[in-house]
Amino acid sequence: MPHAPSSSPSLVPLTGRRQSLLWLAAGAAGLLSGCDRLSPAGQPAPTFKGIDITGADYARGFSLTDFNGRLRTLADFKDQVVMLYFGFVQCPDVCPTALTRAAAVMERLGPRAGDLQVIFVTVDPERDTPELLREYMAAFHPAFLALTGNAEQIAQTAKDFRAFYKKVPTGSSYTMDHTALSYLFDRQGRIRVALRHEQTVDDYTADIRALLDAPAA
Amino acid sequence: MKHLISIALIAASAGALAQSSVEIKDPWVRATVAQQKATGAFMQLTAKADSKLVEAKSPVAGVVEIHEMAMDNNVMKMRQIPGLALPAGKAVELKPGGYHVMLLDLKAQVKEGDVVPVTLVFEGKDGKRETVEIKAPAKPLAAMPAMANKPAPAAEHKH
Repeated sequence: MPHAPSSSPSLVPLTGRRQSLLWLAAGAAGLLSGCDRLSPAGQPAPTFKGIDITGADYARGFSLTDFNGRLRTLADFKDQVVMLYFGFVQCPDVCPTALTRAAAVMERLGPRAGDLQVIFVTVDPERDTPELLREYMAAFHPAFLALTGNAEQIAQTAKDFRAFYKKVPTGSSYTMDHTALSYLFDRQGRIRVALRHEQTVDDYTADIRALLDAPAA
Repeated sequence: MKHLISIALIAASAGALAQSSVEIKDPWVRATVAQQKATGAFMQLTAKADSKLVEAKSPVAGVVEIHEMAMDNNVMKMRQIPGLALPAGKAVELKPGGYHVMLLDLKAQVKEGDVVPVTLVFEGKDGKRETVEIKAPAKPLAAMPAMANKPAPAAEHKH
């Protein structure tokens, strides 16, 4: 049974004292997005709507097979912003919601949509065949890509992202618990943001635009 | 004349039966791609008296379950629940981000525009069961009713 041996199901991007303080403030306020603007005076503040995980020592990349059987790594998408999501096809709720939101973002980006690559990583490679993944992605957007691998590769990738997933039996079948964050990489292939499921199309679009507009550093 | 009245009465009672003691609004099923074996049915339920949705069936699915989805620390968790409480007069939404009727072991692809029969079994406080069949149209896989720019709803996980 594939299982990410993650120590914690939660994403805890504490990359520094400043950020951890902000997190405490955010927790107290019960409001996560937007609070990262409350940075101490004099410091350039990140303005992401999602969780700023710039400089994180995880989510550095991936090496998986796409639904056409081609090996893909983050380097293939240089000069594009990459939005990566873990999910599974037999998912009636959050996965189609996330993919529909991603398609709405593509629409908002208009002529710049080609600068965003949406990638869906299956946490259910047992049932999500390449054919099924290809057809499923096409139902949302022709440019969306899905990646798969064997159980070990998927477990390793999730671990690399500190993402959690677990098979849960239900009746004669099973469902998957999984992290429902969308990870954003900038055009230089650096991990920058994790957007939460509860955030809006506006939030997603704003953070992607911010990364598209950022000068190459 | 008497005959006509009895027909009218039968029609009226059939109407009442279709309405049932639980009002069912806007049912829909999410369409699937060909090899997809599971999907969700969504609707709004309002019971006239305290009641529970205890069972669901559909000829398109081998197994039908009542599910609750919740976000817990950014992890999506979906669980079968034994029943969904329907307090009198309160609209209970089965919608993405909360509850749904899960259709498993689909016998065929659910295509956009298909009408999916779903049988719902409600149980009143007195233990009396009532069975209601609804017809849920299939919306596109990418359907996002009332999403626009609202936050994706996610039920708080109760501990």
